[in-house]
Amino acid sequence: MRLSREEVQHIALLARLGVDEADLQKFSEQLSNILENFEILQKVDTTGVPPTSHPVALSNVIRDDEAAPSLLPGEVLANAPREEDGCFRVRAVLE
Amino acid sequence: MEYETVIGLEVHAQLLTKSKMFCSCSTDYADAPPNTHVCPVCLGMPGVLPTINRQAIEYAIMTALALNCTIAEHTRFDRKNYPYPDLMKGYQISQYDNPLSHDGWLAIEVEGGERRIGITRVHQEEDVAKLWHRTEPATGETYSLVDVNRAGVPLMEIVSEPDLRSPEEARQYLMKLRSILQYLGVSTGNMEEGSFRCDANISIRPMGNGGSTAKVEVKNMNSFKAVYRALEYEVERQRKVLEKGGKLVQETRGWVEEKGATVSQRSKEYAHDYRYFPEPDLPPLTISREMVEELRSRLPELPDDRRDRFMSQYGLSRYDANLLTASRAQADYFESCLELFPGGEGEKKAKTVANWLLGEYARLFNVTETEITECRVEPRHLVEMLGLIGEGTLSTTMAKAVFEEMFHSGRRAPEIVQEKGLAQVSAASELEAVVAQVLADNAQAVADYRQGREQALKFMVGQVMRATRGQANPQVVNEMLVKKLEEG
Ligand SMILES: [Zn+2]
Repeated sequence: MRLSREEVQHIALLARLGVDEADLQKFSEQLSNILENFEILQKVDTTGVPPTSHPVALSNVIRDDEAAPSLLPGEVLANAPREEDGCFRVRAVLE
Repeated sequence: MEYETVIGLEVHAQLLTKSKMFCSCSTDYADAPPNTHVCPVCLGMPGVLPTINRQAIEYAIMTALALNCTIAEHTRFDRKNYPYPDLMKGYQISQYDNPLSHDGWLAIEVEGGERRIGITRVHQEEDVAKLWHRTEPATGETYSLVDVNRAGVPLMEIVSEPDLRSPEEARQYLMKLRSILQYLGVSTGNMEEGSFRCDANISIRPMGNGGSTAKVEVKNMNSFKAVYRALEYEVERQRKVLEKGGKLVQETRGWVEEKGATVSQRSKEYAHDYRYFPEPDLPPLTISREMVEELRSRLPELPDDRRDRFMSQYGLSRYDANLLTASRAQADYFESCLELFPGGEGEKKAKTVANWLLGEYARLFNVTETEITECRVEPRHLVEMLGLIGEGTLSTTMAKAVFEEMFHSGRRAPEIVQEKGLAQVSAASELEAVVAQVLADNAQAVADYRQGREQALKFMVGQVMRATRGQANPQVVNEMLVKKLEEG
């Protein structure tokens, strides 16, 4: 299955990633390869096999309700492209 | 044409845990500066590992049990994807097809008894960040500020079946649900502060028709009153559309308080494609039956049981018992008063205390917009005041004035009675002069009484009460007057 240019552009938009023409070429190639691998997996006969949501057979990994110190304010905003009044500043979103 | 209203409610309640749902940041963010209760997990940094908070799961199971739900043996978390900046990760950790619990009910009061409203499910998820929308004054550019403190706070979602048939039933359901959460101590249930939120699905259909029309989702209702008003508005709006031969569309509408109306919200791009899939970072949960039974044994007496007990133990009416037990704090207050109240008949004491709580207390809470948890009159101080009435020091009329003073100042009854000279006068010697004066001034009434008109006596008692500014003990005055009149 091949992903179209438009599909890759749409995915990039959803992921908020800026892509140029060269990226579009490269990613549609790579993403298509991933999908093709899933097509191979889909050929396996799974009749009678229950679905698995987790590959590791763990369950009930749980913690007690104890509060611990959080990050320092400077650390929280260290990577923020823009900040204001101690908050992350982002582009307006329409409700 | 007669229409039937169909309403289902979706409630989100923040849980009263110390730490967040999947990280150890404190949930005590109410007065904190922005982004001070934040760590790599709730910031959604790559490579972090969330871990489930045991207390949150226990609270959600207790709630589900109180709502008569079946607790799943196996449950897991899922990612709900949507692009909105209040989600730091680009998805919310929620539950989709294996929720913690399902198929319960909650009873609401309707005319002539109670009705069970189905609960579809109670599941666990996480709260999102807070956004502030701003405009750059110079350029007019709009932007948003993100405070992550709230993101990751445990959020419990309670979904009802579309069993509610009127805005009033919806209000009843919400009040009962909040009351149960408060009895359990799992949430503050405060709607104005946003720890208890409600969205509604509402549609109308021709009576007896059974089929369904387009469902409208109503959001932005920030108080019980707003829910009631928004739903009333929607019933009317939808009826008018149908009566004009129009067609209702499935949409989301927001309640705008200032307009007193719901307004269509432009649907978000890709809004309904959440692409749910199992959260790979959180292994599934197995809930043992032992754990369920252990939590069931920890459930407190719930509002309905307490109401029934108040009716049988104290002989209260269903109506009064419902009002008294609606808030756990009020029911506790009521029972504390009874414990402190010395001697006497149980049912009579209960009736007296209930009358005060549902009368003067309720009136003053209403006027001052406060609640019993903020009340400055302690149970022992009410009992002390009732004692003054019992021994005849304070008349019932005067008691209301004294109580109002206690309520506002937090001072105690004997002090107020003494300071203001409000004590009831029962000593005949102190009333002699006033009684004589009233008899002298009202020759007509005296004559009427002698001709057998009982009304005249009542009038003269009233005159004495007036002359003593209500302080005379009316029973004593009555006796004195009769004696004087008989003596001729
Ligand atoms: Zn955190």
